[in-house]
Amino acid sequence: MRGILAVDAQLKTELQRQGIFATTLQELYNWGRKNSLWPLNFGLACCAIEMIASTMARYDLARFGAEVFRPSPRQADLMIVAGTVTKKMAPQVVRLYNQMPEPKYVIAMGACAISGGPFKQGYNVLKGMDRFIPVDVYIPGCPPRPEALIDALMTLQKKIDAQTLTGENQPRCVDASAPSEFLVPRFGAHDLEPPQNPTVWHPPLVQITTAQPAATVPPTHSTAGAHES
Amino acid sequence: MSPERSPNMGVEAVQAALAAAVPGCTVEIIANPSPAAQHSLLIDAEHAVAIAEFLRDDAALRLDYCSNVTGVDWPAKEGGGFLEVVYHLYSMEKKHGPLVLRLRTQDRSAPAHLPSLTPVWRSAELQEREIFDLFGIHFDGHPDLRRLLMWEGFVGHPMRRDYVEPDDYEYEPTAHDAVLQKAQQHQRGVGQ
Amino acid sequence: MATQTTAELEQQQAQKGFDDGASHLLEVSMGPQHPSTHGVFRMDVVLDGERIVKLKPVFGYLHRNHEKIAEQETYLGSMPYTDRLDYLCSLTNNWGYALAVERLAGIPVPERAEYLRVIVAELTRLQNHACLIGFLLQDMGASGTPLMYAFRERETILDLFESLTGARMMCNYLRFGGCRVDATPEWLRQALQAVEAFPKFLDEFEQLLTSNEILVARTQGVGVLPEEMAVQAGITGPTLRASGVNYDIRKVDGYGIYDRFAFRVPLGEHGDVYDRYMIRLLEMRESIAILRQALREIPPGPVQDAKTKLRGFRPKPGEAYARIESPKGELGFYLISDGSANPYRYRVRPPSLINLTVLEEMCLGRNVADVVVTLGSIDIVMGEVDR
Repeated sequence: MRGILAVDAQLKTELQRQGIFATTLQELYNWGRKNSLWPLNFGLACCAIEMIASTMARYDLARFGAEVFRPSPRQADLMIVAGTVTKKMAPQVVRLYNQMPEPKYVIAMGACAISGGPFKQGYNVLKGMDRFIPVDVYIPGCPPRPEALIDALMTLQKKIDAQTLTGENQPRCVDASAPSEFLVPRFGAHDLEPPQNPTVWHPPLVQITTAQPAATVPPTHSTAGAHES
Repeated sequence: MSPERSPNMGVEAVQAALAAAVPGCTVEIIANPSPAAQHSLLIDAEHAVAIAEFLRDDAALRLDYCSNVTGVDWPAKEGGGFLEVVYHLYSMEKKHGPLVLRLRTQDRSAPAHLPSLTPVWRSAELQEREIFDLFGIHFDGHPDLRRLLMWEGFVGHPMRRDYVEPDDYEYEPTAHDAVLQKAQQHQRGVGQ
Repeated sequence: MATQTTAELEQQQAQKGFDDGASHLLEVSMGPQHPSTHGVFRMDVVLDGERIVKLKPVFGYLHRNHEKIAEQETYLGSMPYTDRLDYLCSLTNNWGYALAVERLAGIPVPERAEYLRVIVAELTRLQNHACLIGFLLQDMGASGTPLMYAFRERETILDLFESLTGARMMCNYLRFGGCRVDATPEWLRQALQAVEAFPKFLDEFEQLLTSNEILVARTQGVGVLPEEMAVQAGITGPTLRASGVNYDIRKVDGYGIYDRFAFRVPLGEHGDVYDRYMIRLLEMRESIAILRQALREIPPGPVQDAKTKLRGFRPKPGEAYARIESPKGELGFYLISDGSANPYRYRVRPPSLINLTVLEEMCLGRNVADVVVTLGSIDIVMGEVDR
């Protein structure tokens, strides 16, 4: 298929000299999507300030196409989840994601959005936004520098560029069977119901020995933070 | 160590003034052994509002600013333990402080009852709501007592020492110490 | 001051003569995702046309159980978490916590460290107030241009923080009994250069903004906070001083070495949004005066007493409450120690939360647009409100 759609490079240059521009529909479609990602105005916590700093004059996210931050999810393409997602806020995040029209992307910015971050041990902190919505790019850091956010945007652009119109690597918006709205969790008595969305979240299996711990051995060095229950 | 410009309120003097002004009240001095030497007054729940009004309106004290309201859970104390509310009072007019007040509940039942000092100092309004949310102390006389931080329909009082958090330890790639124990518990629980 | 229920308001509406049976009150949820709520903050407002008749704030969308985590961490382990409370001003949060622990355990602080603390705290205040004015104007519809100016200055100060502490925002610089590392003479020279360049930026800001007719029309007389209400509700910081109450903890308590510095405390007259904007501009100028003096007078010496032990730190049982004048208001830390390595109770007194007690009274009878401006002028950061 690509062979038929590809255009000879010399012919391309010749046509360009005459003012005729030739490309494939796939390249054009990807170029349009990746160079005009408009983020949703969505900052939760400290990472939001670095996100704002990256849109300011020194780092300037706008030159990568993220020209305006849209306040309404209906007009946005990209949701940068910047900051800790608490269980109280999680249903609203999923609702906002559902309201965004396709094609839509998610960047999880900061340790808290990836996995709960420094606040992971808590009764109100969701351990990572990818429990409920599909995430495209993860940025580690607490907070990640504005340059890291720009790097993430470029990574997302590369990812979009690698998508094809047909076949395995289709974007989700082209595939009619792929869902674009996801389950909104409800508030339960102690936790969200359900605590994660199994169709979205596929954590790798981690081997943790379930053997009972041996009699307490005193640590060889003083561990700050060791908790005695 | 930089000392506070306003010296610690003479708690003995305040205790004497309260004994004279609010008859029948019980005021006990709780000494603070740390170098901060911020001793506190333990007052009884029955006369708490009257004591608070005296402290706010008395010409010499004029403690018109309630800075901080804290809830504390003491499960290990004698008699099954109790819950405690600590008020830090300052004076914006006279620029002195702090005076520390303590109120204790009878036991750790949920909800335990204490009088609200919000009618005296409005700054206690949101802080008492937070203590109701996180500790389960019901403040009688509070104008709008409902949960502040947790969602409506949440059951339990998370800052209590015996609170057990929900088990979401399915994926712990770098577990150690306490988190490792919880992850092992989770895996034993799901029978893996 | 309890406001009426929605049912009572509807009854009043019916009495006014709307007898078609429909309610003319509209209940709107502003937030938690909203371009102008400064983070995840939600306000349930009941509107009569554009006028606010009831406003109930909803908190908790960023509740990260900071206090519970602190009970399981050591004292020093909580220091990075204090950075994330008021995430724009991490160094003043560090100072409040360090002050509380030093009071609890009786740890002395060397003189050079005290000067460094004042320097970084006032730099924090400068960048916080600049950002606040930028955000306030963005809320008014200036679409980010004043914010760009403010962030330009903030980046200069963040560069200073990065070279001193290693991080732009989450500095984690103060320790119990001093600072983590010393400042080099080169850093002090660069800081003085930045401070000397700041008044030019303030003059530019004032020239562009202070007599701007849109700013004046949208902020004068809006969000008025009377003096008695402010004291009763425990409001602190620039919001309190804009209502005319002379209470600045740097002057009242004189913590650190603030009694050595000559600076004035600006006070407002009307307690409206314009006063709060002007107070912050004036406070920035006073901070510059403090910084010039501190950078000139800073003595040589160690920044931490070699005898203060940090590993295995177990303060004796007791409690302490310490407070500082953070850029938002009175930031207090209350610690109860039971003799172990972890605090028994760790409490943060959040100025942003308590300053929101009177949000409803300030907004009743005004338009939705005024709510946005009033909220912006109170200066809240959700990391501190919800902890």
